[in-house]
Amino acid sequence: MKKTLLLGLAAGLLLAPASSGADTVRRPAAPFEGAGWTAPANFIDTCVLAGLGKRGIKPAPLCSDEIFVRRVYLDVIGTLPEPAEVTAFLEDPRPDKRSALIDTLLARPEFADYWSLKWCDILRVKAEFPINLWPNAVQAYHRWIRDSLRENLPYDRFARALLTSSGSNFRVPPVNFYRAVQGRDAPSIARVVALTFMGTRLESWPAERRAGLEACFSRIAYKKTAEWKEEIVQLDPAPAAVIETVMADGTRLKIPPEQDPRRVFADWLLAPGNPWFTRSIVNRAWSWFMSYGIIHEPDDLRPDNPPVNPELLAGLEKYLVDNKYDLKLLFKAILNSNTYQQSSIPDGNNPESARFFACYPVRQLEAEVLIDALNWIAGGGGEEYSSPIPEPFTFTPRRQRSILLSDGSITSPFLEMFGRPGRDTGLESERSRQPSAAQRMCLMNSSEIQRKITMSSRLQKMLASVKWNRELIIEQTYLIILSRRPTREEAEIAAAYFQANTSLGYKAANDDLAWTLINSKEFLCRH
Amino acid sequence: MPPLKIERPGKEFRSGRPARAGAASRPASFLRRSGAALLILAALSLAAGAEEPAGPSAAGGRARSVIQIWLWGGPSHLDTFDPKPEAGYDYCGPFDKTIQTNIPGIQINELLPRLAKIADKYSIIRSLTHGIDGHETAAYITQTGHKPGEALSYPSVGAVVALFKGYEHGYRGQLPPYIILTTSQGRFSEVGFLGSKYKPLVTGGDPNGKTFAVEGLSAPGISSERQLGRWDLLKKLDTLGRTMPADPYFASFDRSLNEAHELITGDAARVFDLTTEKDEVRDRYGRTRFGQSCLVARRLVESGVPYVTINYGGWDTHKQHFQSMRQKLPELDNGLSALLEDLAGRGLLESTVVWCCGEFGRTPRILWEAPWNGGRGHYGKCFSVLVAGGGFKGGRVVGTSDARGETVKERPVTPQDLIASLYTLLGIDPDGRLPDSQGRNLPLLPPPTPGTSRNLLREIM
Repeated sequence: MKKTLLLGLAAGLLLAPASSGADTVRRPAAPFEGAGWTAPANFIDTCVLAGLGKRGIKPAPLCSDEIFVRRVYLDVIGTLPEPAEVTAFLEDPRPDKRSALIDTLLARPEFADYWSLKWCDILRVKAEFPINLWPNAVQAYHRWIRDSLRENLPYDRFARALLTSSGSNFRVPPVNFYRAVQGRDAPSIARVVALTFMGTRLESWPAERRAGLEACFSRIAYKKTAEWKEEIVQLDPAPAAVIETVMADGTRLKIPPEQDPRRVFADWLLAPGNPWFTRSIVNRAWSWFMSYGIIHEPDDLRPDNPPVNPELLAGLEKYLVDNKYDLKLLFKAILNSNTYQQSSIPDGNNPESARFFACYPVRQLEAEVLIDALNWIAGGGGEEYSSPIPEPFTFTPRRQRSILLSDGSITSPFLEMFGRPGRDTGLESERSRQPSAAQRMCLMNSSEIQRKITMSSRLQKMLASVKWNRELIIEQTYLIILSRRPTREEAEIAAAYFQANTSLGYKAANDDLAWTLINSKEFLCRH
Repeated sequence: MPPLKIERPGKEFRSGRPARAGAASRPASFLRRSGAALLILAALSLAAGAEEPAGPSAAGGRARSVIQIWLWGGPSHLDTFDPKPEAGYDYCGPFDKTIQTNIPGIQINELLPRLAKIADKYSIIRSLTHGIDGHETAAYITQTGHKPGEALSYPSVGAVVALFKGYEHGYRGQLPPYIILTTSQGRFSEVGFLGSKYKPLVTGGDPNGKTFAVEGLSAPGISSERQLGRWDLLKKLDTLGRTMPADPYFASFDRSLNEAHELITGDAARVFDLTTEKDEVRDRYGRTRFGQSCLVARRLVESGVPYVTINYGGWDTHKQHFQSMRQKLPELDNGLSALLEDLAGRGLLESTVVWCCGEFGRTPRILWEAPWNGGRGHYGKCFSVLVAGGGFKGGRVVGTSDARGETVKERPVTPQDLIASLYTLLGIDPDGRLPDSQGRNLPLLPPPTPGTSRNLLREIM
């Protein structure tokens, strides 16, 4: 009997009728949207509007302040806002408060934590298999990456350090770039360099163009030392001939034996007008905020994969060069654009809206951000991490945030289930955003998530602080989990649930509300 | 004992993942009540099997399922299936006696008496070799057939089988086609570049515990009424989802919810409920995590799951080697022999491949010196694997090692050969290709040396 009921309900839930979609006049969808926009906020919007105009697509309205505050916290620092931060922002009367919040977040310490996670994916920072950096070199490398982000090291200097450093993997951390490769032959290294800094897949290039690049990585030597798992990366001291090579853009290089070919390569890559370096990073950065690259996938630049908006790509490139490769300034420009601040709800039914940047696409939070958010809601606790490597430097305390994990070999079942990348190849597509049944089951039923809700010290404290007032409990639970207040309709539905389940008591009824909100798309996705 | 469901829903369920709307379309659930139901269902299941569309490379082959017993850490070949009592104390240590199996001429370690009685049901390959002594690389080559360092990460056998014997090729079970008991091994990504679609379900929990609940299949401590109320609330408060009914990402989100509901409200969880097994059966498998995992594996295969891996650790015995063996070998003996007998008794061994090995063997010469004090190190040059069922003949030995088990003497077999044979039995063409997101169309296994054919284990197939 119960089972039939459950099944019936499940069917009802799944077949819930779609809200009628025949509206002709677009009204802002509360509580998600604000006003429409037609005037560009900066050069980005000018390019996007022109592109949309050509295709006859209308941009989505701007998102509401509630949506903006949550979105920008998650996108810039991978962290949910405190309820007090949400309400302060909502009550802030300044017209430029969004821009001010962007500045605040770009300066927060979590900025470097979160973006080092992203860079460690791209740079394949992992102790063991198939990338073998080993644990202590991983620590050194991660710290260097995080410090570079904290100091906002210009991106060209960041790239040059990774490409040209020599020395010990413990003492000169960027040399680990050349250790985080599967295979240490010139073709393997060239493939990784091209993917990382040129956003292109060398394996799809014709052999002779590939060879030009590979020649630049033919003289790297790896040397062991007496210290366990220390390794020196340097120019091979063995006698060498002059290397003559033709780069992919036709540049002829002649590299005498006393010169490190890696430096010659870096000079070529970082020279003004190089067709790959700037283009690939602005395209990647754009995709990090807008889900799709202007060239998509963001690390698949090739002649037969044209940008959907060449003017936008060129505009971003010029902006980054003019600002001396300051990535924070590039982020700031993107975040301040109306394009970024659009609602997730496209105007009209064009399935290509997201692809041409006419809305902010929804997608599930990254595994690390999601488990951090759940642990934050729980008020502590943390994740139980494990590493297959029985060595020092691999133990990670539970309380550590997952976005701070340095090592791809240190993991947890939750992180694996929610699509954390293996850091095998450095491809952006290694991180899975595909929702799965196992994920739903984990969030709906697992004892771990159940515990996080029922034992949540954050929710407990909140109940006491609002003196068990039902309306305030509902409001605060919404603020904690969805970073917004409930609409009147939502508050009424929740109150009715409390009312109908008096036998549970407010604590358990609110656990159910928390369970519901945690399992909602609105919580689980960026939007 | 209520009969186990061997349900294979008929054609009303669309291709790909079955999605059920409600109780009405569950023809099998009422049949389960009668004793004859099992037979009827078995017949239905066979019929459904015959109608299954063959995949591009899934023709032929009699095996339908695989149970992989992964002795991770690497068990000593000398102390299991390739004993060398004549090699002397520095090699065999205290294990200087072997036991004669029921097949004349085949001997194994005397701590495996139950397996010795059923040697007709399995074969031993004593000449497996890859020469790699690092856990992570050896685990990768042994479970994928590919050498590491190709700048991409190949999927394990389990993920490949989930692809070629899964939903795209006629599998209609509710449970995912690839299940791991009970924890992930964590050395490498099981799916490789195939992506999350073929990720195994990792059960968690302990089948030897008081209650074995697969995480997520039920909500412990939450009554059905309360669960009902929560789902109703979720439906009412899905404000964003309702505002964007046409969003393709949300559609895939809803599909995952749909599948989860089916698993939660369906009968899938019953297969994990060992309380429906008789005590004698449970005892026979051994009341250990490994033994009871073997029992769960049998039940999973019985319900049609194509690939089950039991990750059975604790074999990395650098120290305390012989003490560990005295504890672990009886566990292995009970669990594995019970599994083989039970599968055979139920007529499932013919359609189920069982393979049992670790990523390598262990150094034949015992390390008596400190700090090992009688341990064994990693050894990839020569080791053993037990194979049974699914078209593998029993009662044979393939290949030999030298007098001390240090090198392959006859008939070297690589992981690639072993896996190619396994794929062949499953009707998967070992020379087929693997799809990947970048359209690279990569080979399932490395091609054989030009001018030679695949070195399949023909003598036992």
